[in-house]
Amino acid sequence: MRPCNLTDGMISPDGVLGGNPLFYWIYGLAANVVPCWLAYVIAGGVIMLILINAVLLGAAIVSWGERRLLGRFQNRVGPNRWGPFGALQPIADLAKLITKEDIIPYGADRLAFTAVPVIMVSSLLLATAVIPFAKDVALVDLNVGVLFVLAVSSLTSIAIFTAGWASNNRYALFGAGRAVAVLISYEVPVVLSLLGVVIVAGSMSLGDIVVAQAVPFFLVQPLAFFVFLAGMSAELNRTPFDVAEAESEIIAGYHTEYSGIKFALIQAAEFGGALFVSGLIATLFLAGWAGPVADWLGWLWFLIKTFIGIFLFVWIRSTFPRLRLDQIMAVCWKFLMPLSFINLAAVVLEVYFLRDANGVLTTADLWIMAAINLVLAVVSITFFGNLIKEKVRSGSGGARSANPVTSGLPTTGTM
Amino acid sequence: MYGLEMAKGLLVTLTNLAKKPFTTSYPEQRVRQHPRFRGEEFTWYEERCTGCASCAKYCPLGIIKIVTSPSETAPLQGDKYLLETFDIELQRCMFCGLCVEACPYDALFMGSGFEEGQYKRTDLVISIDRLRHAEKHPSTWFRPQLEGMEYRPGASRPLGWREVGRENWQWHQHEKAGMRLGDRNGNRQHTEGEA
Amino acid sequence: MTIRTEPMTVNVGPQHPSTHGVFRVRITFDGEDIVEVEPVLGYLHRGTEKLAEERNYVQVVTLTDRLDYTSSMINNQAYCLAVEQLLGIEAPPRGKYLRTLTAELQRIASHLIAVGFFVQELGAFGTPLMYTFRSRERILDLFEMLCGARITVSYMRPGGVFSDTPPDFWPALDQFLADFEGELEEIENLLLSNEILMVRTRGVSPLPRDVAINCSVSGPVLRASGVNWDWRKIAPYDAYDQVDFDVPLGSNGDNYDRFWVRMQEVRQSLRIVRQCIAQIEPGPVRLELPMVLRAEPGAEAYGRVEASKGELGFYLVSDGGVSPYRCKIRSPSLINLTITEHLLLGWKLADMIVSLGSVDINMGEVDR
Repeated sequence: MRPCNLTDGMISPDGVLGGNPLFYWIYGLAANVVPCWLAYVIAGGVIMLILINAVLLGAAIVSWGERRLLGRFQNRVGPNRWGPFGALQPIADLAKLITKEDIIPYGADRLAFTAVPVIMVSSLLLATAVIPFAKDVALVDLNVGVLFVLAVSSLTSIAIFTAGWASNNRYALFGAGRAVAVLISYEVPVVLSLLGVVIVAGSMSLGDIVVAQAVPFFLVQPLAFFVFLAGMSAELNRTPFDVAEAESEIIAGYHTEYSGIKFALIQAAEFGGALFVSGLIATLFLAGWAGPVADWLGWLWFLIKTFIGIFLFVWIRSTFPRLRLDQIMAVCWKFLMPLSFINLAAVVLEVYFLRDANGVLTTADLWIMAAINLVLAVVSITFFGNLIKEKVRSGSGGARSANPVTSGLPTTGTM
Repeated sequence: MYGLEMAKGLLVTLTNLAKKPFTTSYPEQRVRQHPRFRGEEFTWYEERCTGCASCAKYCPLGIIKIVTSPSETAPLQGDKYLLETFDIELQRCMFCGLCVEACPYDALFMGSGFEEGQYKRTDLVISIDRLRHAEKHPSTWFRPQLEGMEYRPGASRPLGWREVGRENWQWHQHEKAGMRLGDRNGNRQHTEGEA
Repeated sequence: MTIRTEPMTVNVGPQHPSTHGVFRVRITFDGEDIVEVEPVLGYLHRGTEKLAEERNYVQVVTLTDRLDYTSSMINNQAYCLAVEQLLGIEAPPRGKYLRTLTAELQRIASHLIAVGFFVQELGAFGTPLMYTFRSRERILDLFEMLCGARITVSYMRPGGVFSDTPPDFWPALDQFLADFEGELEEIENLLLSNEILMVRTRGVSPLPRDVAINCSVSGPVLRASGVNWDWRKIAPYDAYDQVDFDVPLGSNGDNYDRFWVRMQEVRQSLRIVRQCIAQIEPGPVRLELPMVLRAEPGAEAYGRVEASKGELGFYLVSDGGVSPYRCKIRSPSLINLTITEHLLLGWKLADMIVSLGSVDINMGEVDR
C-alpha cells in the first residue's frame, strides 16, 4: 500500500483540517490499515462525532446550569430531582421530548418546518468547531476563523424566519419577523466591534487572537466588549432583547408550533448557542485558554472563562425586563452603532501610532490602549446613554413625561 | 447616571443568589401546617353524632348525604339516631368548613390532610366506614376547645371522642337510644323516624 | 414598487400565557400596531349571582371567595357589609378591626401579584414574580393560621369574623411586618425606577382623567389617572375611620403610574396594618346571630368596599326568605375592562400585554 502523503494539500499539518493534531493523529493511525481516502473519512467522522457530542452535551449542561442558576437568582431551588443536584434533568427532558408526539401543524410547509431544527443545530456545530479550547487544540484551526463564525452563525436568522413562516401560526410569524429584524440589525455593531479585535490581534484566526492577548481584550477594548456582549445577547434572543420568543407576548415566538424532538433540537441549539457565544467571548475578549500555571491547563481556564460568560447571560436574564422591538432597534442603531464606530476609530488610530516598525504591538502598548479606551468607554457610554434615554422614549410613541413620582405626591383624600 | 438603577437591580439579584431558597422541596420538606388548616378526610366521631344532619343542611353544596333511622340497639350511646349513611362527596367539597360550624355536638371536624389524590372520582367519596375507622386528627378550625389544649393535628396523637367536646359528653346518659322527648320516669315515647 | 400589506387578526386568549386567566381579545394588527380590539368575555362564567340566590346568607360567603380569588378577604368583607346593612346590624369593634387588618393584608397580597405579573409581562423572567410571591406566601400563611385556608378564606361572617385569632397569630404578624420591610425594599430597588421598566411603561397607554371617570373605572386604575377616589376615605367602613393613611395618586394614568400607585398602596396598607395592631382591643369578634339569617321582606342593601382592584359592591334584595332574592355583584375588574379599547388602540403588541397587566383584571371576578 502506498504510504499516505501527510504533508501536502488539505490534510497536511499546516492545512485546514490538519491544524488539528487530533485529526492528524487519527488519520495517521487509520492510514496504517485502510486506504488513504478512507482514513481521511474516518478521521473526519471521528472529529465530527466528538464535535456533535461535545456541543450537545455542553448544551445539556448549560440548560441544567442555567435553570439551577436562575433558580438561585430567583431565590428558589431549580431542578433537583434527577441525579445529584438535578444534573440528569436534561436527560429526563430529552427522554420526555423524544417520546412526545411530533406534531406538524395543519397548513405548515412540511419540508421547511422540518429543516429548521437541523439548520439551527448544524450552524451551531459548524461555528463551534473553530473555537480553540486549549493551546493549539481546536477541531479546526481556520485562518479566517472570525469571518467563518460570523458567516455561519448568521445562518440562524434564516432558520428562524423559515420556522416562523413554515409554522402557519401568527405568533410564530410575529416572532420570525421580530427575530429577523433584530438579528440583521445587530450583526452590524457586532461585526464592527470584532473588527477592532482583529485589527489589534492582526489575525482572523481565533488561535492567533488568543495568543495576541497579552492583555485580555476586554481591558484593551472595553467598548468592543460591551457592544459584543449586547449584540450577542440580541443574536441569542436573550433578555433584554428576547422579543423573538417573548413568552409573555407571543407564546414562544418562532418555535410556538414545535414539539417533540424538533423542539428539543431547537432548545439544544439555543443553549448550545449560549455556550458557543460564551466560548467566543472567552476567546476573543478574555484571552481564551491562556492563563497562569501551565499551558496544558488551558482547557480549565477556557471552561472557567466560558462559565463567566454564561453566568453573565443568566444574571442579566434574571434581572431585566424586555425592551420593545422599536426600542431594541433604537438601542442598536443609535447606541451600539456609534459606540462600535468610536471603538473602531480609536483602535485604528492607536494601532497606527503605537505599533513599531514591524507592525507589532508590545504589551506596554496594549496597556496604554487599555487606559485610553477605558476612559473613552466611560465617556462615550455615558454620553450616548443619556442621548438614548430620550431617543428610546421618543421611539415609544411620544414622550409624555412629568415624573409621577414627584408630580403624583401622595395626598390625603378628603371629600 | 443613566443605567444606575439597572446596576442596582443586578445587585439585588446577586444578593439573592447567596440567600437560602425560600421554597420547600415538597415531599421531603413540608411547610408548617397550621392547626386551623381546613383539610380533607373529615374527622367524625360517631359517638358524639346524633344524626341531626345539621351539617348536611348547612353545606353550601349539599354534598353530605345522611340517612338515619331510630335506634334501639345502642342504649349506651344515648339518645340518637342510628346512622346508616354518612357520605361526603369530597370531589365537590370546597372545604369551607360550614358543616363543622353547623354541628351542635362537636361531632364533625375538618381533617388535617391534603393528599387525597385518587384516580377515580367515586373513590373520593368518604363513606361512613372510612369516617369510622380513620385516624382522628381533627383540625382546630372552629373548635376553640382544641385550640385551648394547643392541639396540633399534624404532630399530636389522635384524639378520642371524649377529648374533643366543648364539655364532657354527659347528656342523655340514662336514656335509651332513639328515645326522646319523654319524661325520665318511664313514660317514654318513641319518636317517629324523622331525619 | 409598492408592497401590499394587510391587517392580521389574532385571537389573544383564552389560552395565552399573559391574559390573566381566560380573557380573550380579538386584535387586528397592522404589523405590530393594534388597529382593532374586541374583548370577548364569559369563559369563566359560573353564575355566582344566581348561585347566591339559592343559598342562605352565610353560605354565600363561600361563593364570594371565588370571585376575585386573589383578594378573597376583601370580597368577604364587601358581602358581609351588605348583609349587615340588610339586617341593620353592626359587627363588634374587634371584629371590625380584624376585618380591616385582614383586608389590608389581602390588599398587599393582591397588589404583589399585580406588580409581579405586570413585570413578568414586561419580560423579566420570573424574578420579580418570585420575589413578590415570596412575600405573598407569608401573608397566605398568616391567613392559614387565621382561618385554615390560604386562598378561599371564608374568614368573615355577617356580624364579624368567624373566630378570634389564634394565640400565635400576633407574633407571626409582627415577624412578617419586620421581614416584609426588607423584602419590599428589595422589590422596589429592583423595579421602581429600573430604566428598562421606565422606558417600557412611561407614557404608554395613558388614561386621561375624564375618560377614566366616564368609563366608571375605579381603584388603582382610577387613582393613577389622578382622581382622588377611595371608598375607604369617602365612606369609611369597618375600622377605616379609625386609621390614618394616604391615597397615592398618579398623574398621567400611564402604565407606569398604575404600577407605581400599587407599589405605594402596599406601603399605605402596611401603615394601616400597623395602626390596627396598635388599636385593636380584646372583645367579641362576632355578633350572636342565628345560623340562618332572615331579613325584612323588601329590604335592600348595597355594601361596597374599596377592593384591591376597585369598587366592589354587593347589592342584595331580600324577600324575607333565608337567601337573598337578588344578589348583584358590581365587580371592579369588569368595569375596569371597559377601557380596554382606549388603552390598546394604536399601541404595539408588546404594550398590549403590559397594559392589560397594568389594569390588573381577575377573570374570576370579570365573568363571575
